[in-house]
Amino acid sequence: MKFGVVVFPGSNCDSDAFHACRDVLGQPTTYLWHKDHDLQGVDCVILPGGFSYGDYLRSGAIARFSPLMREVRAFAAKGGLVLGICNGFQVLLELNLLPGAMLRNKKLKFLCRQVTIRVENDRTPFTRSARPGQVLRIPVAHFDGNWYAPPETLKEVEDSGQVVFRYCDPAGALTEEADVNGSLHAVAGLVNKGGNVCGLMPHPERAAEPVLGSVDGLVVLKSLLENRS
Amino acid sequence: MKTRLHDDTVLARHNLTADEYGLIVKLVGREPNLTELGLFSAMWSEHCSYKSSKVFLKTLPTRAPNVVQGPGENAGIIDIGEGRVVVFKIESHNHPSFIEPFQGAATGVGGILRDIFTMGARPVALMDSLRFGPLDNPKNRSIMEGVVSGISSYGNSIGVPTVGGEVYFDEGYSLNPLVNVFCLGLAEKDKIFYARTEDAGNVLLYVGAKTGRDGIHGASMASQEFGADTEAKRPNVQVGDPFKEKLLVEACLEVMERRIIVGIQDMGAAGLTCAATEMPAKSGKGAAIDLDRVPQREEGMTPYEILLSESQERMLIAARPDQVPAVKAAFAKWDLDAVEIGAVTDDGRLTCRFHGEVVVDVPVSAVVDLCPAYKRPWERPAAPEPRAAEPVPPPSDYADVLRRLLSSPTIAGKEWIYGQYDHMVLTNTVLLPGAGAAVLRIRGSKKGLAMTLDGNGRYAALDPWTGGKAAVAEACRNLACVGARPIGVTNCLNFGNPEKPGVMGQFKETVEGLSEACRAFGLAVTGGNVSFYNETGATAVDPTPVLGIVGLIEDIDRLVTPGFKAESDAVILLGENKEEFGGSEYLKLIHGKRGAAPPAVDLEREIAVHETLLEAIGAGLVRSAADPSEGGLAVCAAECAFHSPEGTGCDLSFETDLRPDAVLFGESQARILLTSRPENARRILEIAEKRGVPARIAGTTGGRALRFRVSGRLLVDLPVAEARRLWTNALPDFFTPEKRPS
Repeated sequence: MKFGVVVFPGSNCDSDAFHACRDVLGQPTTYLWHKDHDLQGVDCVILPGGFSYGDYLRSGAIARFSPLMREVRAFAAKGGLVLGICNGFQVLLELNLLPGAMLRNKKLKFLCRQVTIRVENDRTPFTRSARPGQVLRIPVAHFDGNWYAPPETLKEVEDSGQVVFRYCDPAGALTEEADVNGSLHAVAGLVNKGGNVCGLMPHPERAAEPVLGSVDGLVVLKSLLENRS
Repeated sequence: MKTRLHDDTVLARHNLTADEYGLIVKLVGREPNLTELGLFSAMWSEHCSYKSSKVFLKTLPTRAPNVVQGPGENAGIIDIGEGRVVVFKIESHNHPSFIEPFQGAATGVGGILRDIFTMGARPVALMDSLRFGPLDNPKNRSIMEGVVSGISSYGNSIGVPTVGGEVYFDEGYSLNPLVNVFCLGLAEKDKIFYARTEDAGNVLLYVGAKTGRDGIHGASMASQEFGADTEAKRPNVQVGDPFKEKLLVEACLEVMERRIIVGIQDMGAAGLTCAATEMPAKSGKGAAIDLDRVPQREEGMTPYEILLSESQERMLIAARPDQVPAVKAAFAKWDLDAVEIGAVTDDGRLTCRFHGEVVVDVPVSAVVDLCPAYKRPWERPAAPEPRAAEPVPPPSDYADVLRRLLSSPTIAGKEWIYGQYDHMVLTNTVLLPGAGAAVLRIRGSKKGLAMTLDGNGRYAALDPWTGGKAAVAEACRNLACVGARPIGVTNCLNFGNPEKPGVMGQFKETVEGLSEACRAFGLAVTGGNVSFYNETGATAVDPTPVLGIVGLIEDIDRLVTPGFKAESDAVILLGENKEEFGGSEYLKLIHGKRGAAPPAVDLEREIAVHETLLEAIGAGLVRSAADPSEGGLAVCAAECAFHSPEGTGCDLSFETDLRPDAVLFGESQARILLTSRPENARRILEIAEKRGVPARIAGTTGGRALRFRVSGRLLVDLPVAEARRLWTNALPDFFTPEKRPS
């Protein structure tokens, strides 16, 4: 499984994702420069966290115009695996590869902490090594993670099983307090209709080694390895 | 005497004395023009020249076998073995943060980051030491919110984790908040870069943001007291652009990694002037600069403005002519310009041309090295409250005292602050903020890095010498509690106006205290920062030494954390309880007094206690460790309970002749509260005895309450959940109008 980690100007979790794929999973991994037009034959594209272009306009709004995004779109359209983490999720929303948009967190503050999320759909390429309803401890760090969609979109997303992760309490219950950023229906992660494009706000690469306090992020990353063709 | 070119008003505006002006005339060989005067004004400011502090700073120990670079460069460097070094420094951004809290704090972060990556190190951790006035004052709340969001905005965006720090609240900081920012970077030992130009003929390249009119005379501003016109100085505060700096970090580290430059320095305080004089001065060269080529954000800027602007995110690079195309290409990749603005010369002078005319022509050494050093008059500071030694009445309800202490902003949980900082990016953070020290793993090594910022201004106000020693002792104790040995020191010394003998006396004694303590621990100070003039009107801040000490953990798998680990573990107290109330949070909060003297510091005992702990940790006997500091033993034990995932409590008892409030809430030094499996307790006591350290089993962990008994009386029986709620909510409640304490 060859991973490609996209580097936008302002990406800052690119080296963390790279480390998790290459050093922790032991998979061939390469950086993909945003100005290039070449996906280098990767099997999975990761859009990492960070502040692409400083996020001065709207999170992810400028990154979607990067030259490489043309190739990423085409790759996704052919069923290629694309994982957007945090700012990468925001970029996927801006690219319209995933539905909805991000608002500021409900408390209007940047939020960095360990959270728990529940696997809502274990039949995606990003969750197939998870148990149904499994609760994962994975940290978040974002300002704009309050997912929103208009009612008809929300219904469609829910009805087609596109919600992959929801914020929950450690026991797996959905509570207002556990929905740390105020996301609609506590959405923490989504897939597209084809199931090959996934975005999530929590950082699986930050929960991939015992020394970091949780290895639950590996559930997501290792699921991808089961997709080897 | 013939008429001077610049009258007293001009000199006063440049913060230069008549004597200093006379010296400048002598060094330049003529009267300086206004631009040259501006250059000297910035570089001879207290902030840049350390003219009042130099004579005392010289007494600090700066050598040790592991020191690769001591004071005098952008940051200090310590060897950590395996071909790696750590590069670290602390800087103050007090004055800008008072005038414009968000940008002041943000650019403080930007500035210290540049000091680190300019040496070839990748910044991997930030910490902040903050001081604010009491939070019942809306102005203080707004300063704190601004500072915290400023730090958060810059650090989060650039992707360097803010892993720890400390915050205190006291009246003295109301009009003088302190914002000290620490950064640590990792580098390979053979890839360190310095601020030099090397040979004549080398090219000077300007990289990064364009130059604007912001921040002109920031260094001089930081060298004056504040008065009624402070608000008018807002335009002097620079505006930060973390995105631009992120690009700069990547591009600069790339050209250093490829060794296609010879030297580099950031344009921080005193801007282009500082880089264009210090770099050639260190190589014994000069520089010829064409100011028309300096990228400018605004039209019509004068040479004076171009040279003294403190616009952020700018660097000066020296490269050989054959390296220039590669450097330009590397910066172009990141959409940054690298512009040739001048060349290195052999004449030892800085010459600047503007519109074809020479507008500056001065010897660089005069600007950089020849600022006079002052041995300012000092006097032993008087004790602030001479009658404070009178005894206070013992409390009637000890549990209530504990509740109030846990709710005091200085002691309360700080998640409201560090939750706004990305403290995990780069995936090295092993011990999250909230413990005494922050801990990072080092990828590709078994070792770990611990770091802490410490300094208690109240102690130093009562006795600067002891306060200086206490800051070092506490920092080393915090490191020992995670199993780390201290390896290097940086310090930020925050004081009032050094022209007042009382302030100078505080400074002198503080430096003596911390110098003595660093020597006792065998530690070198590798750099730091002095911030004087922290006073508004007649009020100066408490003398506040902030020590940043870095420690090394040989085996990260042996990391010890503060939380209780299990029920029925033995709780052991290393060190001695004493009847010392002075400077304590207890005395201040409950009795409204500061006291006469801070807790005494016995360095020999302190070191023996740390060695006992480190030996016990090395033998795998210790399950948790924490040091009683503000709020004493009771608060320390409570925090160990809060850090345990299950909320495990403890039952401790002390047989003593001391006053119970001294035992529970006193802040005596050289104490550590640790836990071990019951069967290992004896071995720990044996290690302590061998090292001459008093130690005893104080009780056991377990239950869901904090129980403290003194001389047989159960004085506190407080549910952990209730205590944790108070401790957790105290800070956020101040920022929630309906919950704010009146």
